[in-house]
Amino acid sequence: MNPSVEALRRQFGPTVGRALVSCGDTIVYVAAARVREVLRWLKETPGQQYNYLVDVTAVEYRDAERPIEVVYELFSLERRAQLRVKAELAKDALEIDSVVPLWNGANWLEREVFDMFGITFHGHPDLRRILMWETYAEGHPLRKDFPLRGRFSRAEQVRQALGVNPEAHYSMDELNIADAYHELPEDMRERLARGERGRVKGSESERGRE
Amino acid sequence: MGLTPGPEAGVTQAGASMSPSWITTKLDFLVNWARANSLWPMPFGTACCAIEFMATAASRFDIARFGAERLAYSPRQSDVLLCAGRLPFKLAPVIRRIYDQMTQPKWVISMGACASSGGIFDNYAMVQGIDTVVPVDVYVPGCPPRPEGLLYGILLLQKKVRGETVIDHSLRQERPLDDTSLRLPPAVVDELSEPFGNSIHQTRSA
Repeated sequence: MNPSVEALRRQFGPTVGRALVSCGDTIVYVAAARVREVLRWLKETPGQQYNYLVDVTAVEYRDAERPIEVVYELFSLERRAQLRVKAELAKDALEIDSVVPLWNGANWLEREVFDMFGITFHGHPDLRRILMWETYAEGHPLRKDFPLRGRFSRAEQVRQALGVNPEAHYSMDELNIADAYHELPEDMRERLARGERGRVKGSESERGRE
Repeated sequence: MGLTPGPEAGVTQAGASMSPSWITTKLDFLVNWARANSLWPMPFGTACCAIEFMATAASRFDIARFGAERLAYSPRQSDVLLCAGRLPFKLAPVIRRIYDQMTQPKWVISMGACASSGGIFDNYAMVQGIDTVVPVDVYVPGCPPRPEGLLYGILLLQKKVRGETVIDHSLRQERPLDDTSLRLPPAVVDELSEPFGNSIHQTRSA
């Protein structure tokens, strides 16, 4: 059992539920209402330092009574330690706080969970579908009540798919690195700045111009 | 060469003693000969079939032997749309746009089980045969087809091209999607998409 579980219990008390070890990995359940707080503590507290969010996903079980679990797979790059945090959500209240404020990398992961399971992440900057197209109307495909072939007839599915504007999947803004320019490391900004001029100082093309 | 002199080729050459500076032939034969032996494929590779396509294009199987050596990566400079791999619904408008951008004459080869019928992916995300989106000339079966299979498909397409006539304008007629934005009536799309073989039978709600 990962000692972080005991540290979590001391810090958060009854917010931390049961914990178990599965295939060598420690799994700990926490109350969904405080999940961002717990994860922030795990990320920023010295001695924990779970600074890498490996994955965010969700599980729905065949037993209809069981709640849906949101799974956060954490890893500490400094300490080489793993911890899996789970939060249970009742099926009539699929809402949880986003962890994008903690890890930017959670952005697309949470969008995928939203797309596939219909779980709303509060505080997410851009909660849209990511795998299915944005006008997809058949529901959330990884839910157990979703028929494998979808809800509409094949003709209706083809009709709706062909009605989508193929240019609308990725806007140039989404693909443009310019928005993030000021957040990039110094050396990368320098390389990008050189790339914009199309030549590198001291290179063949530069010398050819002189 | 398709222009070998002889009655079966439909070509008459001036007498052997004369300089061979002119020939007579049928317009259809000449046009089809040119088209069939210079098919420029536009690969639309989405899955493992594209790997087999690459093997077909590379030196061991050498698609260039059949005049298809110039792979066009622009739909506007291609003759054959070669869909190699499964087509998700999200790519359906993309392949339709690419098909619309291609200039006439144009043909479509559906390579592999997934492109032809959806294959094993009988699910919510996959087009059940690209013929529900674009008209298909040749279906190449296989999962994935070996390069010989694809080459045979190209040979079949060449045979089909040789049978065409420039008089028949309906062959080159563009048929944009109708008001329902389907190229086939909805009932036909449903019928084409029905599972076959030993696929599971799952009820569909709504």
